[in-house]
Amino acid sequence: MELMERQETWSITYNHALGETASYFYAKIRDEGAIYGKRCAKTNRVLVPPRSFSDETLLPTTDWVKVGPGGRIEAFTIVYEKFNNLPDPPYAFGYVLLDGADTALGGYFKGIDLKDPAAAAAKLKVGTRVKAKFAEKRTGAMLDFWFELA
Amino acid sequence: MSGNRVGIIGIGQSEFRSRRDDASYPDLVREGVVRAMEDAKLDFDAIQAVVYSLSPDAMIGIGNAERLGIDAVGGRNKPFLRINNGGATGISSAVAAYYHIASGMFDVVLTAGADKIGECGDSQTVLNKIWDPSYERPLPLGTINMLAMSAVRYMDRYGMTEEDMARVTVKNRHHASLNPKAHLRKEVTIEDVLASRIISWPIKLLDCCPQSSGGAALVLASERFIKDNKLDAVWITGVGHAAETYWMGDRMGNNPTAEHADAYALGRSFEKSYRMAGITDPMKQIQVAELYAPFSSTEYHSIDAARLSPSPQETIQRLRDGEYQIGGRIPVNPSGGTLCTNAIAVTAMARVAEIALQVWGRAGAHQVKGAKLGVASGNGGDHQIFGTMVIEA
Repeated sequence: MELMERQETWSITYNHALGETASYFYAKIRDEGAIYGKRCAKTNRVLVPPRSFSDETLLPTTDWVKVGPGGRIEAFTIVYEKFNNLPDPPYAFGYVLLDGADTALGGYFKGIDLKDPAAAAAKLKVGTRVKAKFAEKRTGAMLDFWFELA
Repeated sequence: MSGNRVGIIGIGQSEFRSRRDDASYPDLVREGVVRAMEDAKLDFDAIQAVVYSLSPDAMIGIGNAERLGIDAVGGRNKPFLRINNGGATGISSAVAAYYHIASGMFDVVLTAGADKIGECGDSQTVLNKIWDPSYERPLPLGTINMLAMSAVRYMDRYGMTEEDMARVTVKNRHHASLNPKAHLRKEVTIEDVLASRIISWPIKLLDCCPQSSGGAALVLASERFIKDNKLDAVWITGVGHAAETYWMGDRMGNNPTAEHADAYALGRSFEKSYRMAGITDPMKQIQVAELYAPFSSTEYHSIDAARLSPSPQETIQRLRDGEYQIGGRIPVNPSGGTLCTNAIAVTAMARVAEIALQVWGRAGAHQVKGAKLGVASGNGGDHQIFGTMVIEA
């Protein structure tokens, strides 16, 4: 028998409040071109991105700490497949442990030729030194910064 | 614990495919339920409560689709509870059904669900939305990218190669070729996998699970009910769950508790299951395993977490030596596993169903000869919520 189908699309708009902690983080990125983490006073661990409490001690974090701009690659991937509603490939992104931080922050890796996957992966090897770069015009957003090989 | 155990008495699974254009979502739920009830040889009135297995709504595009599923599971006038633990949902539902009976409040509980991922053209869009809107949503995160980063760390720490990843696909596709319920059943070679297009380096197309459609159901009962009604059963002797931090970046950096290369909390979950089941030497005592691994690379850290190998380096070597294939020392994913079939809402339930069939001796062409004790696992969220189970004949 003939089997039929129908197309449905979900398009829903949210206006998410970012909260005090993330708002401070983004204001510093916008106004100073700098990345800040927040320290847990009990363990001294600096959480980046900053959070208002530590998931390990469950205590509120206390002081703001400027981190980076240098750091080392902790993880990466290079995407060659197009996914709907995600950027056009190829692109490389991953996580970087910024100097002075204890946890890694996500971001794009730019300035690397991605044509040869194996060669690009070798350049992005875990442990490689990178530096956070900031856009000249910043809006206070994650995409105001990215990482380049140091 | 004799006399107080919880058994599995009925198992139902679809033949999983990309699409099932002949069946609506509740039709697919119904398919699993009908098969499980036939298997249990019980009248539906015997079911006292239902645990409904359903992961993110957006994957099937129906908000709170458990509403639509209530009729398919015969939920009218019965206690009804939806479970959503992402990819772990199916095993978490089985464990929740277990709790119902172990508490002494119920004798017979049905758990069931279905998924139709093949109808979602944007599954990585849906999965990108599991990241928080404050920080990580603007990044192109998805489950493939997230686990590609786990693979990169596993390579860096333990020496896994792209060829080692391909070996898992070759093994599991061979297993799936023996399992008529599996979705991807075509055998492939290491060369095929390495030549398939790169999705998120180092993950290639043939390192990835498919988007599957199908239903599954299990009927669980108390030992008292099973004995009073002279039913056949296999026994759940250990259950566990454990979670780890949301933040992927906290699973790397300086001294992380839960290293992202590994499956830390999965290991803790297995420890709990093993303690409960009295398993002290998993490598000697476990005869078969169905470990949730949607990408070839993730089977390695799952084997490590289940302690089916002395070290990650040894896991890589043993996989090369064929020890985890049917006929090897401890077959892992003899059904073909999540790598060959992934209907997310019931994928981890299929792990439980397959181990139950194995220790029952009813797995058919992919039967592991003589298996009497096996383990199943499920991973959910951003590699974050894990469930495990020990099942014995």
